[in-house]
Amino acid sequence: MTSLNGAGQIALEVNNLQVTYYTDSGRVKAVDGVDLTLKAGERLGLVGESGCGKSTLALALMRMIKPPGRIEAGSAIIHTDMGSIDLLKLNEEEIRQARLSKISYIPQGAMNSLNPVMRVGKQMIDAMRSHIPRASERELTERAEQALESVELKRSVFRMYPHELSGGMKQRVCIAIGILLSPKVIIADEPTSALDVVVQRQVMETICRVQEKIHAAVILIGHDMGLMAQITNRVAVMYAGKLVEVSTVREMFTDPLHPYAQALIRSLPNLDNKGIFQGIPGLAPSLLRLPSGCVFHPRCEHAMEICKSAPPPKSVTPAGRFVSCHLYDEQGNRAHVTGHKQKPVASP
Amino acid sequence: MASLLELRNVSKIYSQGLLSREQTIALDNMSLVIDDTTPSIIAVAGESGSGKTTMSMLALGFIEPSRGEVLYKGRNIAKLGREEHLQFRREVQAVFQDPFAVFNPFYTIDHLLTVPIDKFKLARSKREARQMMEESLSAVGLRPEEILGRFPHQLSGGQRQRISVARALLLKPKLLVADEPVSMVDASLRATILESLQKLKKDYGISILYITHDLTTAYHISDQIVVLYRGAVMEAGDVETVIKTPKHPYTRLLIDSIPWPDINLRWGSSDIQAKEGDFGSTKGCRFAARCPFVMERCRESQPPLFKLEPTRAASCFLYEESPRLENEDLSSLFVYR
Repeated sequence: MTSLNGAGQIALEVNNLQVTYYTDSGRVKAVDGVDLTLKAGERLGLVGESGCGKSTLALALMRMIKPPGRIEAGSAIIHTDMGSIDLLKLNEEEIRQARLSKISYIPQGAMNSLNPVMRVGKQMIDAMRSHIPRASERELTERAEQALESVELKRSVFRMYPHELSGGMKQRVCIAIGILLSPKVIIADEPTSALDVVVQRQVMETICRVQEKIHAAVILIGHDMGLMAQITNRVAVMYAGKLVEVSTVREMFTDPLHPYAQALIRSLPNLDNKGIFQGIPGLAPSLLRLPSGCVFHPRCEHAMEICKSAPPPKSVTPAGRFVSCHLYDEQGNRAHVTGHKQKPVASP
Repeated sequence: MASLLELRNVSKIYSQGLLSREQTIALDNMSLVIDDTTPSIIAVAGESGSGKTTMSMLALGFIEPSRGEVLYKGRNIAKLGREEHLQFRREVQAVFQDPFAVFNPFYTIDHLLTVPIDKFKLARSKREARQMMEESLSAVGLRPEEILGRFPHQLSGGQRQRISVARALLLKPKLLVADEPVSMVDASLRATILESLQKLKKDYGISILYITHDLTTAYHISDQIVVLYRGAVMEAGDVETVIKTPKHPYTRLLIDSIPWPDINLRWGSSDIQAKEGDFGSTKGCRFAARCPFVMERCRESQPPLFKLEPTRAASCFLYEESPRLENEDLSSLFVYR
């Protein structure tokens, strides 16, 4: 499923996105200078430990960050045939229009995101009504039923209440709502974390199929690397609010560049390494008290002196891979820094 | 082979309402023996609604079976005397799914670990108690000085889950019932928790009943596996055999649906396809509604277990040429290494 049919056109461009939460205990930079480019038809996986800021990044793109959180800087430009818009510069009314028609969000835990006292169809029509106010009831009904069919649900689901549906079916309804207006970008935040493996596979295949049909870009958020390997074209690894590596899925799984990505890949169970457990030593840092220099250095097995003081450069390799680590120079070549095989700073 | 914990023809039936006769069979005529002499890790795998949590509750004595008995060292746990019951409580410990819900947020970790020590009078002095806490924390790979004196909210999910394991370890149990211990923990921390569970078996000789929906971790940690679907055993046996060459259509479907973190192992590379199926009647094979190989007779009678190999049995008419295996003899498939 890695084929990128007809991709090339850039759908979303995120530059230097910064989101801060102003909490009682201090300022927390949940997303710190994230740059990301997505092409139409592409599926990007966004992985990281809980609390690394991946959901905040998604919410920021949807402009759904609530106080005490604030988007501090950056831009998120969606390119359409009708021109480009910066999601972060839109006013309230404009962003309301952009949600669902330009960018849509499939939340985690579908069970909780549908209104339990409203029929599925009514919720779908409500969603469309505010975007296409002049459409007739019949037109919208037809459109909703088509959307349900495209996620392999029966048309009769239109008249059902959420409690009459199984978890997998509810998640599909959410996908159907997400694609109602053929958005350019779909963000799926752990769309299958509450589902069993068999249903998970069916739901993921549904997402891929409809995404290919409407030629949208997908950001798949999660920490299940297995899912990423099966579904995505590219994988972005996030750590403590920053992107540390963005590579194609094949490169990520066969030759990860960043030490954190390497440890992540090594820790994965597969059929050949039974009984060998390689966790990542140490703990994810609290965003309130980030380590100096490179935020990963206390857990990094390649940590050098410079890592403790200076934040790593953002490098792009000739092959177009992004990595942010002192082991690599600006061009993404392995830098020849003396003593790079130094002992880890923190013992495991 | 002496049994440590034994489920003997256990069924658990939940009835809805006072007057309605609608019944849900959560677990149907299940037998399982956990051996006393050789510690092993037995995985019980299945999706939601398979009865796996019901089974862990029965094994812990939290609920009573509707039919059959749960025996601890040969004695029905519902009929244990006060002393024996206390011993059972001490020797059979649990680790639960949610590391955020099991701790009282008002108490420090010290308190949490002192309660079982006091309750079971494990230590004679405060110093001894402290030493015990430090030992068990170290055994699960935590640094006591980083943990003791802290409150639960100051610790990560992975740390808390390991504290649960350490708390169980304090009591020197014989059996640990671990109900989805890693499902709510970040993937990067799963390895460390699984590692500490495996250490319990190797270093302390503790058997583990590992309840999970995740066949990947089940494969990695366990010696035997029992695959449940809607209260009945679909396939059981040696974990290597079952996971590497699954035979029952349900197990095959499950294993084929695992997203392996390996880009050369594509999803759905096998031909088996799940059908959308409702939970049809309880007559016949429970998987019949979703099974791609369903035959007429599958809808009429429930297939018994067939012993395909010395270390594996499957409950499916596709294998009826193989000799039958009575439910009670399920544990005879298990090899202890």
